[in-house]
Amino acid sequence: MGKTLFDKVWDSHVVQRIENGPDVLFIDRHLVHEVTSPVAFLGLKNRGINVLYPERTFATADHNTPTINQHLPVKDELSANQLKALEENSKAHNIPYWGLGHEKNGIVHVIGPENGITVPGATIVCGDSHTSTHGAFGAIAFGIGTSEVEMVLSTQCIMQPKPKSMRININGELSKAVTPKDVALFIISKLTTSGATGYFVEYAGDVFQNMSMEGRMTVCNLSIEMGARGGMIAPDQQTFDYVQGREFAPKGADWNKAMTYWETLYTDDDASFDKELTFSAAEIEPMITYGTNPGMGMGIQNDIPLAEAVEGGAATYKKSLAYMEFNEGDSMIGKPIDFVFLGSCTNGRIEDFRAFASIIKGRRKADNVTAWLVPGSHKVEEAIKEEGILEILQDAGFELREPGCSACLAMNDDKIPAGKYAVSTSNRNFEGRQGPGARTLLASPLVAAAAAVTGKVTDPRELLELQEA
Amino acid sequence: MAYDKFDILTSSAVPLPIENVDTDQIIPARFLKATERKGFGDNLFRDWRYNPDNTPKEQFVLNNPIYSGKILVGGKNFGSGSSREHAAWAVYDYGFRCVVSSFFADIFRNNCLNIGVLPVQVSPEFLDKIFKAIEADPNTQLEVNLPKQTITLVESGEQENFAINDYKKGNLSNGFDDIDYLLNIKSNIEKFAQNTPL
Repeated sequence: MGKTLFDKVWDSHVVQRIENGPDVLFIDRHLVHEVTSPVAFLGLKNRGINVLYPERTFATADHNTPTINQHLPVKDELSANQLKALEENSKAHNIPYWGLGHEKNGIVHVIGPENGITVPGATIVCGDSHTSTHGAFGAIAFGIGTSEVEMVLSTQCIMQPKPKSMRININGELSKAVTPKDVALFIISKLTTSGATGYFVEYAGDVFQNMSMEGRMTVCNLSIEMGARGGMIAPDQQTFDYVQGREFAPKGADWNKAMTYWETLYTDDDASFDKELTFSAAEIEPMITYGTNPGMGMGIQNDIPLAEAVEGGAATYKKSLAYMEFNEGDSMIGKPIDFVFLGSCTNGRIEDFRAFASIIKGRRKADNVTAWLVPGSHKVEEAIKEEGILEILQDAGFELREPGCSACLAMNDDKIPAGKYAVSTSNRNFEGRQGPGARTLLASPLVAAAAAVTGKVTDPRELLELQEA
Repeated sequence: MAYDKFDILTSSAVPLPIENVDTDQIIPARFLKATERKGFGDNLFRDWRYNPDNTPKEQFVLNNPIYSGKILVGGKNFGSGSSREHAAWAVYDYGFRCVVSSFFADIFRNNCLNIGVLPVQVSPEFLDKIFKAIEADPNTQLEVNLPKQTITLVESGEQENFAINDYKKGNLSNGFDDIDYLLNIKSNIEKFAQNTPL
């Protein structure tokens, strides 16, 4: 019986199997940020032990950082403390630390791939649920809690029962203005936020094969939003080309050795999955969410479903719409919005800024909209400048902020005010996620751009057609 | 971090019959700025529990004095979203030692197990029975028996078994954590590391 891609990577990292218990899984790369690590480092201190493999550990500051005036001292005392703690802990344990102002600084899931830390066939963890992003390279990557961060720092291992396997196949050609974000929001809307809990997902079919690496990252990033621990895509020539030559990627003889392993990373024809789902690319429209979890999404031209048509608890569903101040049966098109957020580990890469710019070029930001455009890293910021995108943004009345997680989780000052509506390219529309009382509509960079220039929910295809006309 | 051993817990319970309770609700991100594991219970369900001016929202269950106990009972898909262990810390720090639901998100479940909070998954029917029993009598006693892996509505005697793997059960029963285990096999790990291709 053949093995799945997931089996191959998982099984090759098992140090020990415990009967009726978890596997001891070896972790190749550990990414660390300021919010979920200080208590773990404190644990090491209390036990009197050091980080076992600092060379497999990388630290950046992203969750709790300002996105303006990063050259100035951080004003918020608690945030400044947390950043200082990470800097000191990294120094004490010889971990590379890319803090504010460092050229490699950025969102942890953006800088991993950028710097060649993320490679196929690796096990990658971070104290952040969107670690699933790195599965785009055919890595097993997933988020962990702080106790587990302490485990990996101290022993480079984690104890996890092997999850069940699921394959999601999508074949065909994506329609106009349908982006990787829409593909992911579509899948989540079909599975609900718990439909893949307990599973590790492989995405297969020509939609994913034809997708760019950045697109694959967006899809894998959102795996956690349907409950999956992670998602992965088999590495191919595009993957290897992306990785080769990056700073921390294997080189010379190590590259050849790695390639020998990487070329085995695909699901065997006779392998089987615990669950398999198939969708057609033609079904997928530009998506938008209307509720308070990422599963509450639909094609942008659809009406908000009636409670009676929704599976599960009507009470929870109605509570959600009440929070949003939307009604069952409402159309989303034309709903006024107040904020637009372009950024996050989901959609804060250069392709996302290119997509956003493609719509706003030659148009103006709507007066009623406050827009926060936040690159995922300094490298993304540089590319925005080099490619002339900054000029397009500025001509249309937008400003670019400095890299970080920003309004995705609103730990810093980038908070959407209570009651306001934000079209966001980030990953969660939970109550208060973007600020207490804030209301989030998740969408692609194209939908966000269309909202930014019209001041309301707008189908990006209309604007693209005008451009073509 | 060591924690209290878990054996048999008999307590009244606090009902939260809402589905998809995510970890941003359990503890909002703006309360994640600490560098020590202290005081997270104060901000458990912060925005459901308090108004923007910090006055308590009286209708929220944690502000209703008729409900109390060491067991939190939540709706389906409890703990989804962010991996923040702070959510489990907040549940523990508030005084809960057990969370009951018909379905848990993976990372939250693991985080609970790692800090000595027992996640008990029951059938949707049994969850419904628990909610109804508490609605009828807020002082309804639940017995959670880890050695026998049972949860019982004490008065009616209605009972269900729950699953937990032997390894984690042993850890919770003895107050051990995974790092103790991993440090014991460190030489195996180091040997393994020498032969990894990456």
